[in-house]
Parts: sequence; C-alpha cells; structure tokens
Amino acid sequence: MTYLAQRLATFPIILFGVSIIVFLAIRLVPGDAITAMLGTEAGLLTDAQRESLAAYFGIDQPMPVQYGHWAWGLLHGDLGLSVTYGKPVLNVILERFPLTLELAVLAMLIAVVVGVPAGVAAATRNGRFSDLIIRILAMLGQSTPNFVLALLMIFVLSVGFGQMPAMGDFVPLTRDPAGNLAQLILPAITLGFAFAASVTRITRSAMLDVLADDYVRTARSKGASGASVVWQHALPNALIPVVTLSGIEFGYLLGGTVIVEQIFALPGLGRLVLDAITQRDYALVEGAVLFIAANFTVLNLLVDLAYAWLDPRIRLGRPL
Amino acid sequence: MIVRRINSALSGLVVAGLLASGPILMPSALRAAPLQMAWAQDATGLDPHKQTAFSSLRLLELVYEPLVRLDANLKVVPALADSWQFADDGKSLTFKLNAKAKFHSGEPVTSADVKASFERILDEKTGAATRANFLSIAGIETPDAKTVVFKLSQADAPILTAMGDINAAVVPAMAIKDGSIGTKAVGSGPFKLQEWSPNAKAVLVANAEWAAGAPGIEGVTISVLPDETAILAALRAGKLDFALINDPLTAQLIAKESKLQLNREPGLSYHVLQLNPSRKPMTELGVRQAMSCAVDRKQVLDTASLGEGKITGPLTVPAYANDPGSLFCYTQNLAKAKKLMADAGFPNGFEATVIGATNEPPTAAADVQVLQSQLAAIGIKLNIQMMELNVYVDKWLKGDFDMAIAENGGRADPYTMYNRYWTKAGNLQKVSNYVDDTLDSLMQLGRSETEPAKRKDIFGKFEQHLAEASPWIWLYSANNYTAQQQYVKGFVPTPAGSLFGLSKVTIAK
Repeated sequence: MTYLAQRLATFPIILFGVSIIVFLAIRLVPGDAITAMLGTEAGLLTDAQRESLAAYFGIDQPMPVQYGHWAWGLLHGDLGLSVTYGKPVLNVILERFPLTLELAVLAMLIAVVVGVPAGVAAATRNGRFSDLIIRILAMLGQSTPNFVLALLMIFVLSVGFGQMPAMGDFVPLTRDPAGNLAQLILPAITLGFAFAASVTRITRSAMLDVLADDYVRTARSKGASGASVVWQHALPNALIPVVTLSGIEFGYLLGGTVIVEQIFALPGLGRLVLDAITQRDYALVEGAVLFIAANFTVLNLLVDLAYAWLDPRIRLGRPL
Repeated sequence: MIVRRINSALSGLVVAGLLASGPILMPSALRAAPLQMAWAQDATGLDPHKQTAFSSLRLLELVYEPLVRLDANLKVVPALADSWQFADDGKSLTFKLNAKAKFHSGEPVTSADVKASFERILDEKTGAATRANFLSIAGIETPDAKTVVFKLSQADAPILTAMGDINAAVVPAMAIKDGSIGTKAVGSGPFKLQEWSPNAKAVLVANAEWAAGAPGIEGVTISVLPDETAILAALRAGKLDFALINDPLTAQLIAKESKLQLNREPGLSYHVLQLNPSRKPMTELGVRQAMSCAVDRKQVLDTASLGEGKITGPLTVPAYANDPGSLFCYTQNLAKAKKLMADAGFPNGFEATVIGATNEPPTAAADVQVLQSQLAAIGIKLNIQMMELNVYVDKWLKGDFDMAIAENGGRADPYTMYNRYWTKAGNLQKVSNYVDDTLDSLMQLGRSETEPAKRKDIFGKFEQHLAEASPWIWLYSANNYTAQQQYVKGFVPTPAGSLFGLSKVTIAK
C-alpha cells in the first residue's frame, strides 16, 4: 500500500514535467498556427491581420502567460479547445482513444497467443531444426519494418484478391463487430507480427534459463510429465520478462502507431498527434501527449504490480 | 522461400479475416451513390475567406460560390452573378446576381450578402487570405437586391479573375453577424456539408435547389487516406469511385490500370529554384544567369517528375505564356554558364545551401538532387536541407535562405500571380528580395490595361525580362491529377485543379 501511494504521488510530478516539455517543444519549433493554416500565403497578411489571427489562435500572449492559462485550465480538468476540431481537446482524444486501445489489445493478443507458445516450443526444442526455424522467423519479424509489411499486405490484397478493407471511416466495435474486425485485422497483424517476434525471443531466452534451474530438475525427478514441467512449473517463472516487455510495448501502442495508422487511414491517437503537430494545434498536441504520458505511467505501475502477483516472493517497496 | 511462405500464410489469414467480415467488403458495383472519394490531405478549416490549403479550397468550392468562376479554359463564366460589366473608365464593376440563387438555409442570395462578404474580406481583423487582391475597392453599392456595384479607386482588370477565387466566396450576411463562419458551412453551392470530421472524412449531400440545377449524384463522401498507396489499392479494389492524387509516381501507376481512368491536366503551379538575390554571390546578375544556363530543365522534369509536367517560364497561363524556347538560356549551355561565372568573378564556383520541404511537393527532394548534380558542373556546391513544411514556410517567409526549391501556386491572371513578388509594393518582397523598375512598371501597365491583346504583349515582355534577370530559375509546371472508375462520367478537370466538376458528374453503372 505504501509502495502504491509512493508511486501515485510521483504521477503529478511526472505529468508536470511532461507538460512543460511538450509546451515548450511545440512552441520552439519554427512556424505557428497561422503559417500552418495559410502556408506561404501568410506572407500576404498585414501586421493587423496577423495580430488578429494570433489572438484567435491564442498565441498573442507571452509564453509564460500562455502556459499559465493552460495549466490553470488543466487543474480544473479543462485541456483547452482544439482549433482544428472546434471541440474540447479531451472530447477529441476520447473519440480517438477507443480505436487505439482496441488496436493495441488486438496486437498484444496476437503477440502473446503466437509469441509465448512459439518461445516455449523453441526453448523445449533448443538446438533442433524447429528451434532454428522459429528463431529465424522471430529475427525476420523484428527486422521487418512495419510499413513494409503493411504495404505488402495491401498490395497482395488489392492486386491479388481485388479486396481492400474499408478505410477512412472507422466502424466502432459496438456498432458492427465484423466490420470493425475487417478494418483492424491488417493493422493488428502488422503491429502484432513484430511484437510477437519480440515475445518469442524473450520467452525462449527466459524459458531456457528456467528449464536449467534445480527446481525443474526436481519436478522431473519426482515424475512430473514433460508438459506439466513446462507449462505449470517453468513458464510462470519465465513470464516476468515477458510481462515487462509486453507492458512497455503495450504502452507504446497506446500512444498511437503513427505509421500504421497513416497507411491504413485509421483515425487513432498517433495520427491525431501527428496532424495536430503539422497544423500547430497547440492545445491538442499538449493534451494528447499528456494523455499518452498518463497512460504510460499507469501502465508501468500495473506492470510492477503484476510482478508481485506472478511471483509472491517479490515484495514491492521492500529490499529483496 | 521463407519470406514467400510467411506472406502466403499472412495473406491467407488476411483474406480469411476479410471474407468473414461480410458486407463491408462487398464490391463497389453493389454500392449505391453517393460518390466515394479519397484524398491524402484533408481540408484545414471551413472559413472560405481564410483557407488557402489546396484541399480546403477543393472542399469549399463544392459548398460555397463566388460571383464568377473560371472554366476549364480559365475563362470567366457566371457563378452567383449572371452578368457583369466594367464601366468605360474601368473604375466600376457591376454584377447582376442570379435570381434563383439561394443559400443552403433557403434564404436568397442578395446584394447585401455580397457587400457584407467583401467588407469582411477587406476588414484587416478577418485575416482574409486574398485581401490584397481587392484593395482597389473604394466602395460597394447595392442599388437593389440583385445588383452590386464595386467602385474602384483605379482601373483594375485582374480583379474580375480574382473574384473567381473561392477565397472571394459570398457568405450569408447573417452568418458574418452571428460569427458562425468557419464553424458552420452554409453556402449556395452544389453540395451541402452534412458532416466534417477533420483528417478523417467529409460528407456532402447534393443541393437539389442549386441555382444551376441539381447535381447528378446524391452526394460525395470524402475519406482521408494519408498514404497514396492505400488510395491506389482502394481504387483497384473498387472501394473508391474517385480520388485526388498528388504524386506523379502514383499517377503513372493508375494510368496503367485498365479499370481506372487518370485525368491528367496541366496545372498553373510551377516548380522553381528560388535564388536569394540579396545574398552573395546571387547578387550578381552573371551568377544568376550562369545558373539558369547550367540547368537542363528537361532532365529535371524527366528524372524528378518522371516526365509528368512541361517546361515553363514564369507564366504558366497558356493565354499569356511565351514559348519557353524563346526565353533566356532555356537550352542548357555549360560553356556560356562557365563564362558568365568567370566574368562575374566566380570561375571556381561557390558553395550555398538550398532548403526544401519534405514531400511538399512529392518531388522536392528529387528536383533539388538533380539540380545539385547539374550545378556541380559549373563549380557550384549545393548543400541540401530538407525540413518539415511549417519550418520551411517560416524560413521562406523571412527570406532566410540562399536558395529554396518550391512548387508555387499559379493564378489565372499574371498580375494576381506575381504582383506579390515583383512589384515594389509586393507583400512578398521579403521573399523575392529583388526590385526591378522594368518588372514593376510592366506589372502596373498590365493591371490597368483591359484590352486582352495588349495585356498579352505587356506580360510577354514581363516574362522575357524576368527570365533574363533570373532572380529565380523556373523549371516546369506540374500536372493536376484525379483518378476515377470508368463508370464515373462527366468530370471536367481544370488547370486550377478544381473539383467543381463533381457537380456535373454521374455514375453510370
């Protein structure tokens, strides 16, 4: 409990740091909301026109004043208004988040369902031909850039089969589960492929360590079956690095996957942030980055708590 | 082999998943109108007076209407106005509005709406993009509900063409009053904007009461597919009826598809290497001219843009342009270039940096790489700096560059196109950094002259002089592309890249 309280107490400090960094970073990049809207035509504006537009975009005040306004709103649960969408930033983020969450869950499911058994299979057949094949596939999965795989799948599907998932207009899971799956299966495979490769490699490596431990030998000598030794005795103890890796990867996925969202035209968080940066929608960039940082922080905490659940010998907050 | 197996397994999985999904994958032949369209970049806003992004203009021209419009030959034709007349002294311009014109709200379009719209454009607080084109308007009179008279402070022939721009759209006076411009799009055009989800999709429905007659389709649904490979794949799979294409490479792939039709229209925009004549050694006429002579424009066009486009001088409007072959050094001449460099005091060349925006246009990096290799032949070492578009625009507007590679938009009238750069009072003097009495006086002459033949002569001289002074090195004009299924009929592309032709489209299937 003390550990949990300590961790929770660090959240505001982390988010405060993130808020300052993102606020400064987006404003220190050359160009502003006016040039983002007008492009080179912004050069035709008179000083009075420019001042009027700067006031409209809320960039006419000195930076500390702008930050003060934003931070004050933040403390009152108001992330500001997106000038691109004409809506509160939080609403825009919450509209995009379900897709990102669903995609991350699907990718993780693929990774775990494929990666853990493949890693176990490789470890139990260490040095054999099947181990070699799994290792080669895992290497391939990790070294294939996801945009290559995405474009390859689109090409194969459209040229070879004359098919293409619906793009542009996202169908929520609650409205049409089949349509939703059809939209997300390609991006989920794209993301899950590399993710599964990492899970395979780390599961294999952890299993090899655990299978060499004394207690596994003891279990075998007591007559436990091969499957029971692997799945009941060895695997639970090999899962800690897998949970760590999966937690971190899942956190990244919750931050949006810009390239995959771009290629499959999915309106997720990654594209939202990218478009907001391009359009210099300051409030939206700040709000979205803060939201992603908060997700990541919570997820890290959940991963740490999962260690104690997986291995009762671990007592969080106390020296081992 | 392993790769092939994996791909085979993956495509099997993918197809299985997609086949399981049922109706969403039905071929387009079973789908009813509206027209399904896609583009890679979405509109950035809904205020027709403020937006300048290409996609914004394309979306807004389906919803709003200006007084006049430019047709496929860049001729001024009626839009909200049925007719117009310049006074003999050129100092007033009278429009008669279409009696049937109505806003989507059902309210008639009146002279009061026109007056309020132009007063909004001229108000500095609005931040209107094309205010500079209308500064000669001294007053607006509305003798009756369907007549508008613009009183001009001086004869201004290009103002009529400028009024054909969607940035001069007529909006309801009431919407100006209640401040809803930019949040609600209530125009008088062929389509009503039913829904707009930025960077995702726009839904337009046909305006059955449009004064020019109801459109031939129920509406247009525009999806934003940021990657043009996905647009091509969706066209191939029959998921899209129509698409806007930017990249010449994608255009060429579409042209090879028998099921699809590529509309390739020479555009008004031009690719150019902008020199900064305020920085040494580009201050020297001989250096600038040497660079122009050292460039093989045909090679740039063929290599960087796959031959998609045509070599151009400063003027891209066919009615005014000279034959590029008649312009200064438009055939590569390295001997002349080297002599000019030596005479200017730079026999061994020099080093400079050229800036470019990543993927804006898609050929930017390729354009400048070809130029880099060509200019090396006369000892010029170009360092290339590619950057994000907004960073580039920021530097460009400050004139903070030795050279810049750009694709600049064209206009139907040479004065509107170039007064910003090459007149002494031009708003973008800081970008061009070049003042020339001859260019300035020819621009002023062209502005006040209303006789077409005389205007052509004036702007012809202007173009010759500009190419010879070489403050910039004009390369080629780009094509505008749209792609469509064969069953989409009646779309007429224009040099300005307008999508207004969608108002006449029908789906024959």
